Amino acid sequence: MEARKFTEKALSEWMRGKGPDSDIVISSRVRIARNLDNLPFPMLATNQQSKEILDRLSQVMQAAEMKEIGNFSEVFLSDMSELDKRVLVEKHLISPNLANESRNGAVIISENEAASIMINEEDHLRIQCLYPGFQLEEAWELASRIDDVFEEQVDYAFDEVRGYLTSCPTNVGTGIRASVMIHLPALVLTQQMNRLLPAITQVGLAVRGIYGEGSESIGNLFQISNQITLGQSEKEIIDNLHSVARQIIEHEKAAREKIMQESPIRIKDRIRRSLGILTHAEVMDSKEASQRLSDVRLGLDLGLIDHVSSDVLNELIVMSQTGFLQQVYGRKLNTEERDIYRAALIRDKLSKS
Amino acid sequence: MVCQECGKKPATLHFTKIVNGEKTEFHICESCAREKGELIPGTSNGFSIHSLLSGLLDFDPSGKGSSTSSKAQTIRCDECGLTYSQFSKIGRFGCSSCYKHFEDRLDPLFKRVHGSTKHIGKIPKRRGGSIQTKRELEELKKQLQYRIIHEEFEDAAKIRDQIRELEKRISAG
Ligand SMILES: [Zn+2]
Ligand SMILES: [Zn+2]
Repeated sequence: MEARKFTEKALSEWMRGKGPDSDIVISSRVRIARNLDNLPFPMLATNQQSKEILDRLSQVMQAAEMKEIGNFSEVFLSDMSELDKRVLVEKHLISPNLANESRNGAVIISENEAASIMINEEDHLRIQCLYPGFQLEEAWELASRIDDVFEEQVDYAFDEVRGYLTSCPTNVGTGIRASVMIHLPALVLTQQMNRLLPAITQVGLAVRGIYGEGSESIGNLFQISNQITLGQSEKEIIDNLHSVARQIIEHEKAAREKIMQESPIRIKDRIRRSLGILTHAEVMDSKEASQRLSDVRLGLDLGLIDHVSSDVLNELIVMSQTGFLQQVYGRKLNTEERDIYRAALIRDKLSKS
Repeated sequence: MVCQECGKKPATLHFTKIVNGEKTEFHICESCAREKGELIPGTSNGFSIHSLLSGLLDFDPSGKGSSTSSKAQTIRCDECGLTYSQFSKIGRFGCSSCYKHFEDRLDPLFKRVHGSTKHIGKIPKRRGGSIQTKRELEELKKQLQYRIIHEEFEDAAKIRDQIRELEKRISAG
């Protein structure tokens, strides 16, 4: 079954690459929303209309220009198990909305999983590109290139004044949502996030904590994205986000240096304790796992630990979530079992790395 | 930062709305977010950004009383049948024609959400030629104004020629 090849491994091919500033920026993502002309948005489309949308958009996969960009596979949501859907959500290849609510939903995923194209989500078409590290322009260029291929083959809903017409008024205009996921342990540790957050939101950006299963937040990871899609060009949106993220990266670097100067023993102690717990614990809830993994990642970036690879850490962040755990162990797990299996998985992966 | 809902737990979910250039921030803890069904990846409940938005939509741009009692309710999209009052509840358009049918009420909404009402980004290539030319024309006219004000008449003359050239192209189709 086609979905399997995307749900088997925790790490997408692209995540194994090292991006610029990857000690702080985990990934850069650009998503663009598009709709076909003369068909209602998915919310109001009849079953037949959403099937028509699916068929028309699926056809674009066969275009020569699309094949030039990469090898894509299409997976229909109706063909997928609940577990497979969940794993794709945990890998950020599809949105929870597509997994749970779409009619005639499908996703077209590139071989290295850097590009995924959702059909019949909130909009007819959502093109998403994910790059490792700080590579917003690259993500935008790829998304825009894929957009051009679709535009060549189908008529988009576009208005001269309003731009690309979307289901939600917060996406109209460029339809672009750009974001970076950044790891900011030192800013959190030195309690500077509270000061920084209002400043970030003042320039039209939104900050979110990253949430795993339910509402358990994942250690010290923040997603910063643009909120404005109308009245700014794509370049302005990307540049604005880029320059704010750049400043945050510099703040985080300074905070890391400060911690190393002022309390090297304490930070070293904390990181090594976390590593000790990860490699020896028998029971581990997801919240603790996220925090400890964040500590170890910081230790790695600061050069305080050298026998752990960042790939393994990235892998564990994805794998220690519910869907993946259940996938690894081949059945539904209750909370208690999950905590035990999570601990075992982490011990195992870290001892091998 | 403490959660603005319960005032007890630390706020971990943050988002911001820009309204007429003024920002409103929301800081909520995990459990309140869950209770209110805020947008949390991994759950099916991604609705609240829209209920939040509907708070923004449910207003009368004329400033005369509540929009729910005004004729807002009767505005309806011919194409998909969505009424403005439904739109303001769910915070989503039903089809691209809704943009035309609700047009009169959208400028204030877009101003609130985006601080702007006019798209200046990418244009679809196949049908974008004339839009692109119009944009260039607008840009040139602005430049012309600027040159004249600054008494740079030689440059102004050059720009005027470019404008004529463009206008000729437009009228030729
Ligand atoms: Zn609370
Ligand atoms: Zn409509």
